[in-house]
Amino acid sequence: MVAQDITGIQYGADGVPRLAARGVTVGYGDRTVIDALDVAIPPGVVTTIIGPNGCGKSTLLRTLSRLLKPARGSVVLDGEDIVRLRTRDVAKKLGLLPQSPVAPEGLTVADLVARGRHPHQGWLRQWSSDDASVVERALAMTGVADLADRPVDSLSGGQRQRVWISMTLAQGTDLLLLDEPTTYLDLAHAIDVLDLVDDLHESGRTVVMVLHDLNLAARYSDNLVVMQAGSVLAQGHPRDVVTAELLDEAFGLRARVIDDPVGDRPLIVPIGRTHVVPGQGSRTGTPST
Amino acid sequence: MNETVVKRPVAPGVRLGGVSFVWRPRLVLVTLLLAAAAFLVFCLSIAVGDFPLGLSQVIATLFGRGERVDQFVIMDLRMPRALAGLVVGFALGVSGAITQSIARNPLASPDILGITGGASAVSVFLVTVSGGATTAIVSSVGLPAAALAGGLGTGLLVYFLAWRQGVDGFRLILIGISVSAVTEAVTTWLLATADIRDVARAQAWLVGSLDNRSWGEVRPALWGTLALMAVVACVAFQFKPLHFGDDVAAGLGVRYALVRAVLLLCAVLLAGVAVSAAGPVPFVAMVAPQVAMRLTKSPTPPMVAAGTVGALLLIGADLVARTALPITLPVGVVTAAFGGPFLVYLLVRANRR
Repeated sequence: MVAQDITGIQYGADGVPRLAARGVTVGYGDRTVIDALDVAIPPGVVTTIIGPNGCGKSTLLRTLSRLLKPARGSVVLDGEDIVRLRTRDVAKKLGLLPQSPVAPEGLTVADLVARGRHPHQGWLRQWSSDDASVVERALAMTGVADLADRPVDSLSGGQRQRVWISMTLAQGTDLLLLDEPTTYLDLAHAIDVLDLVDDLHESGRTVVMVLHDLNLAARYSDNLVVMQAGSVLAQGHPRDVVTAELLDEAFGLRARVIDDPVGDRPLIVPIGRTHVVPGQGSRTGTPST
Repeated sequence: MNETVVKRPVAPGVRLGGVSFVWRPRLVLVTLLLAAAAFLVFCLSIAVGDFPLGLSQVIATLFGRGERVDQFVIMDLRMPRALAGLVVGFALGVSGAITQSIARNPLASPDILGITGGASAVSVFLVTVSGGATTAIVSSVGLPAAALAGGLGTGLLVYFLAWRQGVDGFRLILIGISVSAVTEAVTTWLLATADIRDVARAQAWLVGSLDNRSWGEVRPALWGTLALMAVVACVAFQFKPLHFGDDVAAGLGVRYALVRAVLLLCAVLLAGVAVSAAGPVPFVAMVAPQVAMRLTKSPTPPMVAAGTVGALLLIGADLVARTALPITLPVGVVTAAFGGPFLVYLLVRANRR
């Protein structure tokens, strides 16, 4: 049985989100980026945080992953305040891929992915056979096993991002936080990476990511968190959340929302000042049938 | 049955009970070869001198089976210099490997980060400014300790000036260069205004030298280096994720700020110990990690291999400085003259491949 609360988020059978922010206020120095924000991450689905530049998307993700400590409020992971947990214990539950990470020049794919085992290792236990088999599985699952001996810097952007996701997978957590996993990728590679993210979710993992592209976010997420100026404007399934009114309110974007011809999600068609066929520029206009 | 051996995509491991390590044959082999080479040059360095000894005599004496006369010459007269070469070179190599790893930039050696400059300025100050107070300091704590304090002081100053919600490698280097420039200006000013005999003494120290080392100087350097290496060994494993930046390290459960601060302090102290024992020997700390990286084909500076290259480089340079050249030169001149071109050679070779 699946419980549903008033915001439309479906929780697991026990109705408890694994990760939630409760009244968090986060800032850098004097500048407050996020103000008294509440958000719960439903388990087992892909949640994507969207919003205009500078609205605090990445800050929220960094706060959820304990990279930033909130000035007020708390982030709760499996019922416990995340700042009270040991860094290492957090790393065993929650995998994080930061925005555009860099590997040392010449480091091989296998060595990079192997580093993902770090939270499970110790000074005397640096490379157990468990570590080796988990890394092999992570390489296979992300389709980079054939590249294992290659230096990471010799790969294409899309392959590189697969490798980083592979490292996060090797960490062995069922909660994955990805900060803009498609940055700098062309559309084909972005789709490739997001298909991979979908595979991860299919295998039971909870994914939270930040994306810039609204159509990709709508296509690949079950739960959208729309942010604006440091607070959550709307949250829910893309079908319920993505409307022309919301896009106007959150982004100041004039757009028409139509049915995605190849998917079951909404498709956003932006309306700019130019290149719009006369008569089609009104966002309330009836879609042609 | 048609069974083919499938090569596993991951690194092999050495495993015994709950203990396991990654097996990197090249790293281990190269480090062992370097250590053997350093030991050989160490023995050669002891054998060569006004009273020549055979290598076999040296090795026999080192293992406690030598004759009494040899014992005196080797253990009391020549050993301190040779051992100082090994220890100082090792300390500089490891120190450079740490600072280059932290800054993720090969330029970030203790020479650049102000450690050497601070030690030099303090030492030159004590040598040249003769007066009641400074003479008292020199006689009570000794020049090496004062140099160590100077290096530590500037090293920490650079670290705190570079600190802004964490330490960024590039800012560390820029501030290191600025602080080094100030310490160099101080050193030059002191030399310009000092008595000519003091200047000569200071100059000899400034170029980096292993001349006239005694057990009194070598012993603290040896124990200091060993103690610091124990700390480095404990923290080194937690440091591995820091090669990918702070965010990835934090995601992998590492308290990166603490790990980095401890290691940087170790690097500053190692360089300080080296400078206090042999003066600011140039270039070893910068070249050794880079040479070690290329020999071991490691993507990051390998600490022990870097230390071993440093030891080999320094003791080899000292041997060359004493024997191969028509006039006896301080070791620092040779490390700079050989280290620089060798690094250029490695870079050029890597670019052409």
